[in-house]
Amino acid sequence: MTALVLQILATLRATLIDVAPIALVLLFFQVVVIRKTIPDLRRTLIGFCYVIVGLTLFLVGLNEALFPIGKIMAQQLTAAPALAGSIALADFAWVYVFAGAIGFATTIAEPSLIAVAMKARQVSGGAVSVWGLRIAVAIGVGIGVSLGAFRIVSGTPLLFYIVGAYAIVILQTTRASRTIIPLAYDSGGVTTSTVTVPLVAALGLGLAESIPGRSPLIDGFGLIAFASVFPIIAVLGYAQIGSWAARRRTRKEK
Amino acid sequence: MKGGALSFLRVTLGSVRDLVPIVLVIGFFQLVVLGQPLPILGQLVAGLVLVMLGLTLFVHGLEMGLFPIGERMAHGLARRGSGLWVLAFAFCLGFGTTVAEPALIAVALEAARAAAESGVVAPENSGIERYAAALRYTVAAAVGTSLVLGVWRIIKGWPIHYLIISGYGIVVALTLVAPDEIVGIAYDAGGVSTSTITVPLVTALGVGLASMIKGRNPMIDGFGLIAFASLLPIIFIMAFGIIWNAVLGP
Repeated sequence: MTALVLQILATLRATLIDVAPIALVLLFFQVVVIRKTIPDLRRTLIGFCYVIVGLTLFLVGLNEALFPIGKIMAQQLTAAPALAGSIALADFAWVYVFAGAIGFATTIAEPSLIAVAMKARQVSGGAVSVWGLRIAVAIGVGIGVSLGAFRIVSGTPLLFYIVGAYAIVILQTTRASRTIIPLAYDSGGVTTSTVTVPLVAALGLGLAESIPGRSPLIDGFGLIAFASVFPIIAVLGYAQIGSWAARRRTRKEK
Repeated sequence: MKGGALSFLRVTLGSVRDLVPIVLVIGFFQLVVLGQPLPILGQLVAGLVLVMLGLTLFVHGLEMGLFPIGERMAHGLARRGSGLWVLAFAFCLGFGTTVAEPALIAVALEAARAAAESGVVAPENSGIERYAAALRYTVAAAVGTSLVLGVWRIIKGWPIHYLIISGYGIVVALTLVAPDEIVGIAYDAGGVSTSTITVPLVTALGVGLASMIKGRNPMIDGFGLIAFASLLPIIFIMAFGIIWNAVLGP
């Protein structure tokens, strides 16, 4: 119990150090440039404290429970087929399923994605639903991480996949409605922060270490890149399916 | 007060639901696929309770503190009339939040070790540290520049896709010429540079600005800042790798 309390205090200290530059920038511009009293100052400060304490508890919980288990599981899953000396694709089927499932599940719990989805619903007047966006992004991350794991196992070059994914994004952009494009591009960046990055990076490094002929330093990276391109495709696709369904409905009514 | 408690309860239930997929995935793979009991079960439950509590407080604080701060800064700075202050704020926010980011510090060290192994950095500790620090400032400058570019786009009302797609072109071109050991790290750094506190602030800033400037639509012009912040670091890091190797020689 005392170990946990110490852990929380240490993480709180790290979070405060992390937030200090942001607070300084905000304070400087507020006092020197804007020079106006802040309305509702008390409420805003309490909210800021909630964010800091919340993030601290969240990180401690992740470090205490989810990351150790996730990392052990990633190692066990990747070690089994590699020990048998096999690099046959079918032997890694569970690895790909695990990569996809863990990518999806961690994205659902990603706090920055929740923030962007809340803002998107507010700005779009409810046209973009919080859960619709979150699930679309999570599916994108799942597919991306799964494909990224396949790339590490098969040893194909990263550029090949990235160029292909970019080409799909460009094609979709030419067909998509202008209102969804910026949000879709943003969802690529928000998926990969607190929860997803450590687990996905551990999976990549574990894979690169257990497969003969892969270097963790060169092949272990790149999974995060997959996790940030595929959500763009998923969100653009989600919007296209939505507008397609709406068109179909109006045609039927005629 | 009662309304506050009720909304808190609602947010808590939401956090429980957010964590269900993770619990299911871990449970299924551990019990069914690997066929092993869950290790450290007590620790796992305690950790999940903390994660749930933390997520609840975070989401509650977003609406009370972080969103209003971002919007008020946008409004306050836009009212000063000069776009210069907004741009300066954007750069400081991007640079300041990134330079001390723990995830970035870890990635920069990793990259420096990879570079040392391939022989472009002296294997002594001082060489590795210098490379890591230079890389860290490069990424921070990249994020600062991204927000400046993104805010400039909002002020001008440019469509985002031309900028992002040309960015993709630059990424692909640089990948072909950049040293191998930096490419994977560059791609991953795009995801590392956007932290959990920066994202809500920056989103609120963009939407706040777009709703202040006449003729801008918050949905079309307000979003997109994060997209720049995850694209530019890739370009900056690969450029850094090319320049470092060219100047110091292999």
